[in-house]
Amino acid sequence: MKPGNAQEGLRQAMSWLHTWTGLVLGWVLFAMFLTGTLAFFRPEITAWMQPEARPAMVEPARALDTAVDYLQRHGPDSPRWFVSLPGEREPAMRLAWQAARPQPGQRRFSIVYLDPASGREIAARETRGGDFLYRFHFELGIGYPWGRWLAGVAAMFMLVAIVSGVITHKKIFTDFFTFRPGKGQRSWLDGHNALSVLGLPFHFMITFSGLLLLMAMLLPAGILAAYDSERAFFDEAFPAFRMPEASGRSAPLAPLAPMLADARMHWQGGSVGRVTVSRPNDANALVSFTRDEGDRISYGRGSPVRVYDGATGRARSQSQDPGGATLVAGTVVGLHLGYFAHPLLRWLYFLVGLAGTAMVGSGLLLWVAKRRQKHAKAAQPPFSLRLVESLNVGSIAGLCVAVGAYFWANRLLPAGLAGRADWEVRAFFAAWALAFAHAGFAGRRGWGAQWAAAAVLLGGVPLLNAATSDRHLGHSLAQGDWVMAGFDLAALACGLLFAWLAVKALRARRQAAHAAQAAQAVQAAAQAARAARATQAGLPEGATEAGRP
Amino acid sequence: MLRYRLAVASRAAAAIFGGYAFASALAACLAVWLPGPRTEAVLAATMLAFLAHACAALWVFATRSAVRAWAGVAGVTAVLAGLYMLARLTGSA
Repeated sequence: MKPGNAQEGLRQAMSWLHTWTGLVLGWVLFAMFLTGTLAFFRPEITAWMQPEARPAMVEPARALDTAVDYLQRHGPDSPRWFVSLPGEREPAMRLAWQAARPQPGQRRFSIVYLDPASGREIAARETRGGDFLYRFHFELGIGYPWGRWLAGVAAMFMLVAIVSGVITHKKIFTDFFTFRPGKGQRSWLDGHNALSVLGLPFHFMITFSGLLLLMAMLLPAGILAAYDSERAFFDEAFPAFRMPEASGRSAPLAPLAPMLADARMHWQGGSVGRVTVSRPNDANALVSFTRDEGDRISYGRGSPVRVYDGATGRARSQSQDPGGATLVAGTVVGLHLGYFAHPLLRWLYFLVGLAGTAMVGSGLLLWVAKRRQKHAKAAQPPFSLRLVESLNVGSIAGLCVAVGAYFWANRLLPAGLAGRADWEVRAFFAAWALAFAHAGFAGRRGWGAQWAAAAVLLGGVPLLNAATSDRHLGHSLAQGDWVMAGFDLAALACGLLFAWLAVKALRARRQAAHAAQAAQAVQAAAQAARAARATQAGLPEGATEAGRP
Repeated sequence: MLRYRLAVASRAAAAIFGGYAFASALAACLAVWLPGPRTEAVLAATMLAFLAHACAALWVFATRSAVRAWAGVAGVTAVLAGLYMLARLTGSA
């Protein structure tokens, strides 16, 4: 196993590369895959984590009026307002406005969530909800920009691992139908192959588009070769969001509802996702309506925008049809974000995402299984093997424990605790750190205990929900509240999966212990027999067979 | 063993840092030479450059020796950087 040796050929070189690119950042990739898969249900997770918030759905036009009312009261002199209109998945309305003259230490943006029906702020426990998992997916809990850089490098390693894995695998389709369960390393290999080939288009798409999402940071050379700055590129690529100069003359903002109706008419009834008001109450005010990104796959990060004059309500020049490269990039990014996927397809996304997570996990286990066989005779496996095993336990089972702890903290921390959202996140990291400490101390023996802990935490979610809210399964199933019921049932299913893994791990450990005992007994018996024969032959105890005349 | 490890480290550096330089040069070169609107050229260039970086990494580990890997990556990068400079000098960017 050596790269680039003419006798060994391309396949061996690619196999080597696949093994090592997969291992080096495999743990980071596992965490990115798992939290990214969960993030497909970001709003639903947030809804579960705020069971007392039950905003009612209202017409977009009425919601927009409510938002403008609120913003006129709280930020009339702000340079820019952002309104995310309520949708089916997110009935609460998100309002953000930029501070006119931020004091030192003050945040640049104020953010509130409104109930669009009452116009009041949502009264619910403070939590980061699904947003935390979504952010962790590409920032890894490390400050900007290092987390994003690490995620970007991991994605590039993943891309190399995918392509080299395909080249390594000559019988890619026949092997797909091969599964040899209960055969140790062979089973892991078959499972790893099936999971990888099954989702290959998804794995490739999600990795490549992940790089594109961070492209301005990861590979700015193209932008900087053609433009003086990144800002200049974005201004040209998204002209609708260029900030107008303030005229200094005040002019009342025209009603927004007719503009909203006009935008929707131009999109054949398509829905509006975001409304941006720049320089509100100034004669130069602009109002832009961004089409809902979920309306089409290709909208990715660049949905069509319609711009109106804020003072008169007249339509301005409109965004043009996207060119080929923009459409390709938009589609790839849109596929990554999956906003367009309606319930059934979203569950498919979730399942393929889990397959990707399991692909990375089984690859890490395969690395260990291969080397464990080689060192089966040794009394103590080498340090590198034990290190990788501990890291596997902590990052695979340990992360599942941490996610469970995050949900439990959400329900067990007092509602009025100061900095509550941060404490939930601390519970996540504390549980994970504990899992790593346990894995470091227990090594591969840690699997059973950690899967069991994850099984109790996730499997217990429906009970936890029943104990801490009135929207438990008995209520949600009867009412057809599929967000709450779906979360509880999905957590229960994960709990059962983890319980199965825990049983398997504990059984394997017992078998290994039995095997070791049996081997010891055989060795002792052989020694006794040898000793007996030696005394018979009149030789001193301990002499070898070969030493006999 | 040490020689082998050094050769692997050298190839890894060629794939990661050499590959990044190559991808950057390719993105810059295509961004200024591709026809059509500038935003389109930049997007196409950057997308291709990501894929090219992955392919370069594969080639670096597939080729016969670490020296060849470095020579190949450096050579192609130099040509692409030259083409980009040419566009800058002739003022077509």
